[in-house]
Amino acid sequence: MRIYALAVYLFLYIPIGIIALFSFNAGRHASQFQGFSTQWYGKALTNPFVMDALSTSLIVALSSAVLATLFGTMAAMALQSVHGRMRLAFDALIYIAVMVPGIVIGIATLIALVSVFDWLNPLLAAIWPVADAAPQLSLGYGSLIAAHGLFAMALVIIIVRARMAGMDRSLIEASADLGATPWGTFRQVTLPQIFPGILAGFLLAFTFSFDDFIIAFFVAGSQTTLPVYVFSSIRRGVTPEINAIGTMVLTVSLIMLIAAQAILQRGRKAG
Amino acid sequence: MQRQDLRTWLFLAPAGAWFLCMLVLPLIVVFVFSFGERGAAGGYVPAFTVENFLNLGARWAAFKNTLILAPLGTLSCLLIAYPLAYFLALRTSSRWRTVLLILVIVPFWTSILIRSYAWIYLLGGQGIPSLLNALGLGNPRLINTPFAVLVGIVYGYLPLMVFPIYVALERLDKRLLEASSDLGSPPWRSFLQVTLPLSMPGVATGCMLVFILLMGEFLIPAMLGGGKVFFIGNALVDLFLQSRNWAFGSAVAVALVLVMLVTVAAYLRFTRRWAGGREDVSLM
Repeated sequence: MRIYALAVYLFLYIPIGIIALFSFNAGRHASQFQGFSTQWYGKALTNPFVMDALSTSLIVALSSAVLATLFGTMAAMALQSVHGRMRLAFDALIYIAVMVPGIVIGIATLIALVSVFDWLNPLLAAIWPVADAAPQLSLGYGSLIAAHGLFAMALVIIIVRARMAGMDRSLIEASADLGATPWGTFRQVTLPQIFPGILAGFLLAFTFSFDDFIIAFFVAGSQTTLPVYVFSSIRRGVTPEINAIGTMVLTVSLIMLIAAQAILQRGRKAG
Repeated sequence: MQRQDLRTWLFLAPAGAWFLCMLVLPLIVVFVFSFGERGAAGGYVPAFTVENFLNLGARWAAFKNTLILAPLGTLSCLLIAYPLAYFLALRTSSRWRTVLLILVIVPFWTSILIRSYAWIYLLGGQGIPSLLNALGLGNPRLINTPFAVLVGIVYGYLPLMVFPIYVALERLDKRLLEASSDLGSPPWRSFLQVTLPLSMPGVATGCMLVFILLMGEFLIPAMLGGGKVFFIGNALVDLFLQSRNWAFGSAVAVALVLVMLVTVAAYLRFTRRWAGGREDVSLM
């Protein structure tokens, strides 16, 4: 039984380990390790296309995670006092957002936005005061942030709600009885209790956006995120540079995940 | 009361608007477009026809591959995940359990793109085949085969299968197993008559989650199947980004979602047969 478990763990981690190992390979041959070198990291980090894609990915992940955490937490709190049909509708939307495959979300967002833009752009041009200077709506940062923010928001709502379910309601009542304003109660009682959930939600939202390929593939427009860049370079051939980028991407998500887990675990003990 | 209501609405408004604009509206557009026609230069022309749905057979190969490899992948995940979940739930000390469990879940949250890429590396010509060749075991072609896609599927979705089964086994009342062995059942019999039936809700949840996600898979077949083993997801990418046939592509997407809904309905029927069949499974 132990040997079996060990084999499964090796299966899960050896492929990742090999990528990490060969990212430090001095040679470019894929089957033999020819000495330690960080040259591929240097190559990746001075490649303007990689750096461009990385900055797009970071901007999109940060913006969508911040917005999703803010609006998701607000919604999770409000949903506590909402019942009946409205509650059912929100639950259904959260469920759909999580369950519908990314590829369907991607194409649906693509054709919906392109259709809306095709309809709005002539309208904007017609009403714009300066001739030929009207802004052209198109796919790019906005659509990436909006599409990633959707899934991320569903994620934040689920996590913050789970955290609230384990919260001691009597503390809130006590605070109100003692004359605290709603804002005071929120800041001093509710927020400290749900904060681990909010932070973990933010980290997961960021990780999701940073790692997502399929939605970005459809809605990125003229922008390129890091996963989209990696996908198209893999199509052109396997290079040690991709190993270095892959190792960095994995490291970023691993740090985020371990932080999220640690926060949730500690929150569970304290709460 | 009035003020409280207003605040609730204000707090819900941004999330609600976001769901409406980025989820409800796009899904409605796909549904409407699926009854439309392809424009001369691609894109969409409004129409009302069911021709797209009658034409679904043109992409039968993609549906066939998905409907063969998705259940096969789900089954492979189940067979590999069950013993591991069993080990984690019933054969580890609580000190190690959390760490081991986190180690299973963490890969699921890391980039599936990079993890599939790792297998291109391992299964490609300079990876395992060259190793086998050096050992004199021939030089089999592994990459761009259904086998490679299956390996990628198991690698990608194993964590998702382990977790619900673990939760079901962990909640299992251990006294039932003691009673069974006190009454003279050999371990294999206790397993078949107590453990296995009681873990079925977890098995059903894991299978449904993996199957549903596999139905919409694009990346694994694209990377490890090399255009030879393609899923509905790959057909969708081709229809939307290459041939720009939005109407037909929308019909394929609607068909995909319908197949998934049927799966979920079957799952709900299936789990309702178990006492307390509702399982709340979170992945974090």
